[in-house]
Amino acid sequence: MYHDNDRSKLFSRRALMLGGGQTVLVGALAARMYYLQVLEAEKFRLQAEGNRVSNTMIVPQRGLILDRNGTAMAVNRHNYRVLLVPERTNSIDYTLDLLGQIIPLSEGDRARIHKDARRRRSFVPILVRENLSWEEIAHVEVNARDLPGVEIDVGQMRFYPLESLGAHILGYVATPSEADLQGEHDPLLEQPGFRIGRAGVERIYDLAMRGKSGTLKTEVNAVGRVIKQLERAEGEPGVNLALTLDLRLQEYAAQRLGDESAAAVVMDIHTGEVLVMASTPSFDPNAFNRGLTGNEWSDLSTNPRSPLTNKVIAGTFAPGSTFKLMVALAALESNTITPDLHVFCPGHMQLGSIKFHCWKKGGHGSMDLVNGLKNSCDVYFYEVARRVGVDRIHEMALRFGLNGLTGIDLPGEKPGLIPSRAWKRAAMGQAWFPGETLVNGIGQGYCLATPMQLCTMVARVANGGFAVTPHVARDRIVREEAQARTVPQWPSCEVSHQSLTLVRRGMYAVSNEPGGTAYRARITQEHMELSGKTGSAQVRRISMHERDTGVKKNDELPWKERDHALFVAYAPEEAPRWAIAVVVEHGGGGSVVAAPIARDIMIEVQKRELARVVGEGRT
Amino acid sequence: MMLRPTSRLSSGLNKTEMGWRDKIWQINWGLIALITAVACVGFLTLYSAARGQIEVWALKQMLRFALGMVILFIVAMIDIRFWMRQAYTLYLFAMVLLVAVQVRGTIGMGAQRWIDLGFIQIQPSEIMKIALVLTLARYFHGATYQEVGRPLFLIPPLIMVLAPVGLVLKQPDLGTGMMLMMSSGAMFFLAGVRLWKFGVLIAGGLAVVPVAWNFLHDYQRKRLVIFLNPDEDPLGAGYHITQSKIALGSGGLLGKGFMQGTQSRLDFLPEKQTDFIFTMFAEEWGMIGGLVLLVLYVLLVAYGYAIALRCRSQFGRLVALGITTTFFLYFFINTAMVMGLVPVVGVPLPLISYGGTSMLSLLFGFGLVMSAYIHRDLPIGRRGSHED
Repeated sequence: MYHDNDRSKLFSRRALMLGGGQTVLVGALAARMYYLQVLEAEKFRLQAEGNRVSNTMIVPQRGLILDRNGTAMAVNRHNYRVLLVPERTNSIDYTLDLLGQIIPLSEGDRARIHKDARRRRSFVPILVRENLSWEEIAHVEVNARDLPGVEIDVGQMRFYPLESLGAHILGYVATPSEADLQGEHDPLLEQPGFRIGRAGVERIYDLAMRGKSGTLKTEVNAVGRVIKQLERAEGEPGVNLALTLDLRLQEYAAQRLGDESAAAVVMDIHTGEVLVMASTPSFDPNAFNRGLTGNEWSDLSTNPRSPLTNKVIAGTFAPGSTFKLMVALAALESNTITPDLHVFCPGHMQLGSIKFHCWKKGGHGSMDLVNGLKNSCDVYFYEVARRVGVDRIHEMALRFGLNGLTGIDLPGEKPGLIPSRAWKRAAMGQAWFPGETLVNGIGQGYCLATPMQLCTMVARVANGGFAVTPHVARDRIVREEAQARTVPQWPSCEVSHQSLTLVRRGMYAVSNEPGGTAYRARITQEHMELSGKTGSAQVRRISMHERDTGVKKNDELPWKERDHALFVAYAPEEAPRWAIAVVVEHGGGGSVVAAPIARDIMIEVQKRELARVVGEGRT
Repeated sequence: MMLRPTSRLSSGLNKTEMGWRDKIWQINWGLIALITAVACVGFLTLYSAARGQIEVWALKQMLRFALGMVILFIVAMIDIRFWMRQAYTLYLFAMVLLVAVQVRGTIGMGAQRWIDLGFIQIQPSEIMKIALVLTLARYFHGATYQEVGRPLFLIPPLIMVLAPVGLVLKQPDLGTGMMLMMSSGAMFFLAGVRLWKFGVLIAGGLAVVPVAWNFLHDYQRKRLVIFLNPDEDPLGAGYHITQSKIALGSGGLLGKGFMQGTQSRLDFLPEKQTDFIFTMFAEEWGMIGGLVLLVLYVLLVAYGYAIALRCRSQFGRLVALGITTTFFLYFFINTAMVMGLVPVVGVPLPLISYGGTSMLSLLFGFGLVMSAYIHRDLPIGRRGSHED
């Protein structure tokens, strides 16, 4: 024993010091516990709750789009997607290798996934593949446990079963752009894969068809797996939208227009319901959902026949001779002429030093109003226009829905233009020249109108002078509720019955009397009729030299220089129901190209109606 | 030196040899009860961590505890002088194992810490924790106050400490390395090393911090940075500690209730059955539960102190307090770590965390404490013989 007592004392002293130090440390532990579990408890409680509870939005079903007979034009399909959360796998490549044995993954997919993974934070899911089949998704689901970071998600995808048919009216849906997000507070827009209407009725009735989102509260674990459902508040599905279109007629019209760059529109002259709105060539709106490839996009956007444009409302053409209806009405209503006024057509008209040619080289001889319309005599209308003056023609065109918009419930409508002196001064800072009035009288020059506007014009002529406007949604949808659309009391165009009757008499002659410009495109079937007006809008200037050597035929010209072929009509003659406008871009003469198309479509329209009446008669 | 005749007469324990029956009578049942109480807290928490399944962790842990208690009793029965005589051998054995893991250790948790003997995997660093205490206790046992004051005298024990610490840090296992250093420091302190030397050591230690930084592994540096600012990367490396604090804090004063901890049940809390088990316990039982557990630990440590202070031999005292301090470091570092007071270094919660080696080595250690208690009045000579 060596100084054991001293050492024992020293040891005890040191032990006491050590114990004191350890007591201080334990005190620190207790203090920390107090700080975390009492002072900061509320903050951590909230964070724990935030960890545990996942608020997800239930994306509502987008409203369907149906035709007037209830055939689905736009539906929703399940979109089975596979997502990857990078932070939940040690190696993206490892996971993709395994996944690649179940569903095909291209090198492009892999490159895109890696790119997304580098760009985004590691807990944000990345889309691996979408639009998978049920079998594929089932395979992934079965193997999910062995696929670190892989998630399966069911979204909805807009699908247009008719593909290009009616695409211009339907429009399409697409993921919201930055511009769409501005000023929009609907949290739905931030949902992954959510799409909004981009064109057509998809766009204009977007809010109603979108529906209202529900919320789902679930308890999730650290890897995001749902443990149980806590709370569920259902949203409201979007409103189904019934259109005025008749799909069978629409299909027929589209086929009839074929490969031409053309537009055809049929509307009910009393209600304004658009039965047919065909614009060719068309496009497949499903392609926008899938995501267009660069090639597809450039094909669509650089095609000279502009498949993306709805030519019915966004194609503006010189109305040509179809505008003579307005000139005639303006003259009759202002009492500038009487129906009996005879004008001699020698094939041209001289105004000052300028010679204005009729389309018929040898001239029509003596023409009155009805014959002028029937033969579409340019000289007759040069003279009438000269007498009426540009402003009165402008004013009449206004009453019949030309100049400006028809107000149809579709986005992207282009305004038409019917010139006046005031307009020219304001727009061009120039005075009106008398010669321009003559050109204006045959619907050339500054005049521009869309097929929809021309159709509206004819509808108003045919319905007895009521200012009907077209629409495509059968039920007008107010933001929240769908109200059945009632036939409105259209305001009057304030033209006399006699004047309208005279003009319609002329249109009847065009299509039903030998010598009429559209006589060859008349309807010969029983119980069916058609009265119309042809038009050929010149898109180039014919030189003096060409006049002397002989005006080139449309067939001899390059496509871009050919005339636009126009035809407007109503049917039947007695108690008219429908108006039609057909424009074939650079199609050539209205009588040879547009009128037969319009006739065939109108036959189909009347057949459908006859079948319906017979069907109703039986029941 | 005079022996104390009264104690010899009253207990008869300071005789050179004790019979088995004497020893059994001397077992400190309070210590056993406390150890069992803490272990039971562990079983309960492991049961909850496995969502009410006993087979997953709790049952295995109970078996280990039972085995550990057997070891404890055996170690306690063995004469303390045997442990003193075998101290250096044990130390060398542990060193050989430490070198062996370097050579042919299997990779586990990204670090070489285990050695596989076929039927059991052992962690040499755990053995070293005990062996180092024994070795230092033996070294300082025979040292006089004057000897301890001589710097040269301190060089061999310093080497004894630094050699295993170096190997452990190389594994790399920062937590164990720190624990070895700190418990050895306590031993030096208790042995009577002059206080100014500690001052010099601490000052020198601070001076080498920048140098040491360069030797740290990336993940160790990351842990230190995250420790200083866990919010910097809450979803990356700071995730563990952030989630642990959320779990603790959301437990509040009274806790969420047994098996009701959302953070642990929904797997937000990482390693809830091992290093972060205290968090899980405190989430479910609240601050009250945490404090109760803390009190149990403090009582265990207090028992260690009481035993150490009652030992007649310097060896017994040093072993008892050395083991007790190691135990203290275990629970202090673990709880401080999960509460965000010290960096996450991978130290389990003693007697509670799921895992075999630390449980067995801790109970072995308590066996030594118990042995020191049973043989508390036994005088021990310089070299472990009865008297010299």
